[in-house]
Amino acid sequence: MSSPAMATHPRPRSIADLRLQRRRRLKRGTLAVVFYAGASALVLVWLIPVMITVFTASKSMSELMSSPFMWAMPETWTSEAFLQAWSRAGMSRYILNSFIITVPSVAGTLAIASLGAFALAFYRFRFNRTVLIIFVAGMLIPFQMLMIPVFRMSDRLGLINTYRGVSLFHIAFQLGFCVYFLRNFLRTLPYSLIEATRIDGARDFTIFARIIMPLALPSLAALAVLEFTWIWNDLLWSLVLLNQNRVMTVTQGLANMQGQFITNYNIIAAGSIIAAIPPLIVFLMFQRFFISGLTLGAEKG
Amino acid sequence: MKRHQPWLTPLKFLVIPLVMYSIWVIAPILQSMVFSLTDRSSILIQQRYVGLANFFRLFGDRTFHLALWNNLQWMIGFIVIPIPIGLAIAMFFNQNYPGTKWFKTAFFIPMTLSYAVIGTIWVWIYHPNFGALNTALRTVGLSEYTRQWLGDPRYMTRALIAVGIWRQVPYVMILYVAGLKNVPTELIEVAMIDGANWLQRFRNVVLPMLRPATVVAMTISIIDSLRAFDIVYVMTNAQPRAAQVLASYMYTSSFQYQDYGYGSAIAVIQFFITLAFILFYVNITLKREEQF
Repeated sequence: MSSPAMATHPRPRSIADLRLQRRRRLKRGTLAVVFYAGASALVLVWLIPVMITVFTASKSMSELMSSPFMWAMPETWTSEAFLQAWSRAGMSRYILNSFIITVPSVAGTLAIASLGAFALAFYRFRFNRTVLIIFVAGMLIPFQMLMIPVFRMSDRLGLINTYRGVSLFHIAFQLGFCVYFLRNFLRTLPYSLIEATRIDGARDFTIFARIIMPLALPSLAALAVLEFTWIWNDLLWSLVLLNQNRVMTVTQGLANMQGQFITNYNIIAAGSIIAAIPPLIVFLMFQRFFISGLTLGAEKG
Repeated sequence: MKRHQPWLTPLKFLVIPLVMYSIWVIAPILQSMVFSLTDRSSILIQQRYVGLANFFRLFGDRTFHLALWNNLQWMIGFIVIPIPIGLAIAMFFNQNYPGTKWFKTAFFIPMTLSYAVIGTIWVWIYHPNFGALNTALRTVGLSEYTRQWLGDPRYMTRALIAVGIWRQVPYVMILYVAGLKNVPTELIEVAMIDGANWLQRFRNVVLPMLRPATVVAMTISIIDSLRAFDIVYVMTNAQPRAAQVLASYMYTSSFQYQDYGYGSAIAVIQFFITLAFILFYVNITLKREEQF
């Protein structure tokens, strides 16, 4: 009649044992309290800037004028600033623009990168490694190196101030990271899987679409989450490729708001929160994927 | 794999990604290099080759020197501060208490915010009169340490770096959290039985096991510090000389003064500095796996 719980925690034999065990448990309890207190303090201190933003956004203009200390909690919480940011400051438009640019960019880069990753993961050919290195190196280069030529090309092709101009650039540029990431994942799949299907007479594209991609879904999800955040948060390429208010992204709109609503801190704060919410939701919903994507290379030796 | 044409099938898969990558990434890199040798200054006027004149001009340009120096400060700040702090916090969070995950998640929030949002927030924290930083300093009696953080050239760059670090620490923390998962507890227990104290255990057991995480954190931090732009742009509008880094100076030269040749020369220098670290990163990440 021995339960698994008893097997891991043998019954104490003497009073001395019992006393020792109690002391240990007490010590563990104190340690837990120390941990929770320390962790809460750490998180609170680190997130002070975020709290200040929430406080400021929830104040009315009159309260901001009478007590200008932004770190203070609002006396009365209002959503006035959020409504103003949404309509008067044009955040509704910017949010929509960001979605129109980000969603096709993520879908496009994943679709195209999986083609390349499949070739690099499963085929032996002469320049395999060279091609891979080009993709990896490209993902890390300073954007400034691309800025003028991409701007000039987009200008010549009439892609300035168009959603597809920005999306096409994001799709192409993000290929570097996506191809590298997906290829690394695909190489963990057993090669026999492909050989078996090939013996059955399946064509290469069928293997890619029917066998490999369904297996790659978790890593595709990780990539989608990361890419959504990165493309949504991009500022530089919106600055370079978009200059009309009607097509501007949310990051760019926010940067402009600072000049437009200089003293309306509450509206700017509310705008920042609106801009931060979509990537935050994506992160909180898919954090497991998000983190596995970011920690690439940090785990194994 | 078809024996007769081993390159044909992979090429079919690679053609779309490679063409797109060539158009938007590889060709622009080469084009920037060519531009850096010209005096191109606006889209309409015909360019002229001026050889290395742009680079010679850069050698004598005090703002460029300052931008280089500031970038170096960014790099040092990004190595020296986030890595130890991120590691310490990862070790602290590496517990089995219920709910630990939620602390990690909350701590990670800055990493998901865009620089546009972060910059906006920190402008207020640095506000000389009402900002949280100066107010806090005054409250605890350190009034003499209050500064015009974003108004005084002496503190500007360091104030901006602090903002970058605020976002970078959670990133490094998460890298180390991932790395710590691979440190087997048996190894630590053995060390404990052998009588190693916590410092010895940390130095001789944990730290060597965390080497891959450290290398990735270092390289990514260096590359990120060399790409610093958004914070400078959002918080100072890339205007004051004292705040310039290579990326922002390139941006203002090209898009404000329309001096494309000169801007490209700055980009080329930034590119070659970064390239050294990129090749290092590529080398460490790819050499770990078996050769084809």
